[in-house]
Amino acid sequence: MLEGTTAEIRERKALRINPAKTCQPIGAMYAALGINKCMPHSHGSQGCCAYHRSHLTRHYKEPVVATTSSFTEGASVFGGMANLKTALDNIFSIYDPEIVAVHTTCLSEVIGDDIPMIIKKSVEDGIIPEGKMVIHANTPSFVGSHITGFANQCEAFVKYLSESTGETKNVMNLFPGWVEPADMRELKRLASMVGVEFIMAPDTSDVLDSAMDGKYQMYPDGGTKIADLKAMGDSFLTLGLGPLASTPAAVQLEKKCKVPNKILELPIGVSATDAFIDALRLAGDTSVPKELERERGRLVDMISDMSQYLHNKKVAIFGDPDHLTSMVSFLVEIGMTPSIIVTGTPGKKWEAKIKEICAPVNEDVEVHAFSDIHYLHQWIKANPVDLLMGNTYGKFVAKTEKLPFVRFGFPIMDRVGHRAFPTLGYTGAMRLVEKITDAFFDKRDREDADENIELVL
Amino acid sequence: MSEENKSDSPMGPNGPSAAEAREQMLEVYPKKTMRKRGKQMLVNSDPGTPAEIGANSRTVPGIITQRGCSYAGCKGVVIGPIYDVLHITHGPIGCGWYSWLSRRNMNKIRKEGETNYLQYSMSTDMQEDHIVFGGEKQLEAAIQEAYDEFKPKAISVYATCPVGLIGDDIHSVCRKMKEKLGINVFGFSCEGYKGVSQSAGHHIANNGVFKHMIGVDDTPVEAKYKINILGEYNIGGDAWEIDRIFARCGIKIIGTLSGGVSYDDITNCHMADLNVVMCHRSINYMAEMMETKFGIPWFKVNFIGLEGTKKSLRKIAQYFGEKELIDRVEEVIAAEMAEVRPVVEDVKTRTTGKTAALFVGGSRAHHYQDLFNDMGMKVIAAGYEFAHRDDYEGRDVLPNIKIDADSRNIEEIEVEADPERYNMSHADRKKALEESGFTFSDYEGMMRQMAKDTLVIDDISHHELEKLIELYKPDVIGSGVKDKYVIEKMGVPCKQLHSYDYGGPYAGFKGAINFFKEIDRMTSSKIWKLARAPWQSDEDTSAEPVAETATV
Repeated sequence: MLEGTTAEIRERKALRINPAKTCQPIGAMYAALGINKCMPHSHGSQGCCAYHRSHLTRHYKEPVVATTSSFTEGASVFGGMANLKTALDNIFSIYDPEIVAVHTTCLSEVIGDDIPMIIKKSVEDGIIPEGKMVIHANTPSFVGSHITGFANQCEAFVKYLSESTGETKNVMNLFPGWVEPADMRELKRLASMVGVEFIMAPDTSDVLDSAMDGKYQMYPDGGTKIADLKAMGDSFLTLGLGPLASTPAAVQLEKKCKVPNKILELPIGVSATDAFIDALRLAGDTSVPKELERERGRLVDMISDMSQYLHNKKVAIFGDPDHLTSMVSFLVEIGMTPSIIVTGTPGKKWEAKIKEICAPVNEDVEVHAFSDIHYLHQWIKANPVDLLMGNTYGKFVAKTEKLPFVRFGFPIMDRVGHRAFPTLGYTGAMRLVEKITDAFFDKRDREDADENIELVL
Repeated sequence: MSEENKSDSPMGPNGPSAAEAREQMLEVYPKKTMRKRGKQMLVNSDPGTPAEIGANSRTVPGIITQRGCSYAGCKGVVIGPIYDVLHITHGPIGCGWYSWLSRRNMNKIRKEGETNYLQYSMSTDMQEDHIVFGGEKQLEAAIQEAYDEFKPKAISVYATCPVGLIGDDIHSVCRKMKEKLGINVFGFSCEGYKGVSQSAGHHIANNGVFKHMIGVDDTPVEAKYKINILGEYNIGGDAWEIDRIFARCGIKIIGTLSGGVSYDDITNCHMADLNVVMCHRSINYMAEMMETKFGIPWFKVNFIGLEGTKKSLRKIAQYFGEKELIDRVEEVIAAEMAEVRPVVEDVKTRTTGKTAALFVGGSRAHHYQDLFNDMGMKVIAAGYEFAHRDDYEGRDVLPNIKIDADSRNIEEIEVEADPERYNMSHADRKKALEESGFTFSDYEGMMRQMAKDTLVIDDISHHELEKLIELYKPDVIGSGVKDKYVIEKMGVPCKQLHSYDYGGPYAGFKGAINFFKEIDRMTSSKIWKLARAPWQSDEDTSAEPVAETATV
């Protein structure tokens, strides 16, 4: 396994090996699936769309439907206007969505297709039926990562749809960031428990975790309704979770509709969830229900019960910046020692923030944005750790280095729990503690000598 | 529905008519789309002389196709599986990422000190400044870094969409680095927008492999019967099962293009006496070019399904024509069948008469029909994503195929007989055998083997697939990951025939056993009955009666 990887680290300026990111459009596609009766559309050659659909499907084990402009060489030279117009005509005739959310690829970005102009032309030519909408986001694959694409698509929802009627309603906006449908479900549960009225967008729950009832629905019941996206302009506050994923949309909403915003870290772990609950409480001018306090207490209880197994354990972790920020804080919170932290997404500020979080437990923490899993692996070879956390691609490193491994982030293509259970909120944090300790205990039970096997742990 | 229409139902006299089904699939389309899709959807009303199908034409924008791109066909399918070549994708990060271990072309290291590069995804990770100022320097540096880090035998480079547009000359960078590093470095201009599907990428890959790898190593191979298997990618270990059978028969496989294969195998595989072709679509170019240059004849085989495997083995034995081999092959078939027979007899009691529909890439929609036939199942509809007319109608239509504007820019390379290495004795053997009725360079296509009045649909759309399920409710559908969960939400099991749902092998005799058991499991699964809760039922029944009171 990974025979070519040695502990000797050479500086690489040009070659990316085993990336810890993918490209923008898949994030835009995921965000668009969180809108009710929305068809994501990939304006490029069809390979991108096939890859993005397949990849999301492998992660969710769910249908992921999207259309493409299917560029040919001719269109790549002369522009893709005819392709997009034909596509829109077909999409509305055959698949009848309420809205089409167009995103771009490196192809259409390099040739410089003017999407707003093409949409305008399609309206003029009567291709877009009465009452239906086409919106767009530019998502060049050579900038940022899949997270950037998600953020750009969310910003586009606001740009095209949110309106201010001048009358502020007692409703809060919630941008959940790029999290799982199960996490979105959890966020809604928490907000309801605190008693805040909210609009969440996007919302992929009941879209990418839909029920099997013998019927296929191209547009499942879930997803934020277009009317709600419009109404976001009248809310009194926006909470954006995950700075990278949610800031552009929140800022756009402030710019366009004067809705003030507050950006929080993703509520992973005790303090980050506390911050979220507290923000909800303040926003709604409500008090936190006893049941939620008990949930929090059960989490703290579990951490204290398991403390001896977590204390000072070295962790290598890779993934997406917003997830990592909160997860690393949680690791510090439960007494673990983050040793190396890698994301593929560019971001110098993020590196500084992570170093600050880790400073109390590890001043020499290795933090790298715009880096890769190969680097992480090489570093581990020279600096052994106790635990690896990351997406499915980490399993090869875990196997090679015989490390306990916790799957966390996107994508997880070889396990099923991530689509059903949250990692956000207090209950999500309990699940993370369970997964971490399970990984340690499984290794211990498997590898310990017979005389050392414990019945009770 | 008229009686007349009913006679052409793929389900037999009681099912809805195929012509009517076709009409219903088409009726929602805008006019232009209807016209185009109509040419790609046929009722196979005269399998003996297949009708002309529209294939290998551009995808209708917005229709929800299953298709991928030329990069996927080149890097993802044909060259990507060579485990000890270091593959670099020149482009933004996505293409390299999505083609990273997502096809199950399995490999194992053969010798100490080798590296399996397929566990790595390598890319130039193009950024905005590379788009603006060009990415050649980045590519050159990436090749150097890859060499410094891994010291591979060979490096291959793959172009993605933006590369062609910004004008990076990957081939001159490769030539320069080949000279500098002293290893084989070669590139593929497989930009995603080329052609209309993965198929263009196959062609580009064939050309590149032929130019840069085939014939590089002339070391003679000592073996009595030497063959190559072309177009077999070792998904789920298929090639290893084929290897096992050939080893039993005493036939040496020099190269399998390109599943489980090493760089050295490919550079030396022109030493073979015969090429046999599994996936006609992806590799027929190579078979033709190798015959022209080295005189190695080829014919089509199929190791999917019992009848196909037996027939293919016998044909190979007949090609060599020696009694010793012919007898050995019969012994092997008899021994293998003794293991398979009880399984298939058992499975057949449950599968006979059940129906299947297959929509897979460019060859499996045909190959797998043999396995379903082995189980007594009926294939009611089938189609390819990106095959050409010859894969549907047979190679005899080749002279009549017009290359349209979308595929015209795919390079056709000129090949001539190699003055030193062209093997006259192979050519003589071919001639003699042909006179006795043996066929070479043959492929009769999918439609001839399909039953009368089945549906043949090229580049099936999401909408057409939904309609097909609604009308025919097949017992199983063979398709890919993008369709799988759509189909299963409708209560029909879907066998992924690209990834095998992470199982396999399905080729050869042991593969057939695996497949029979899988289809048996899927078509008799109880899970679909749980889709509705007892209280949702129309009948007046309640949930299971309460448990009996404990009697202890």
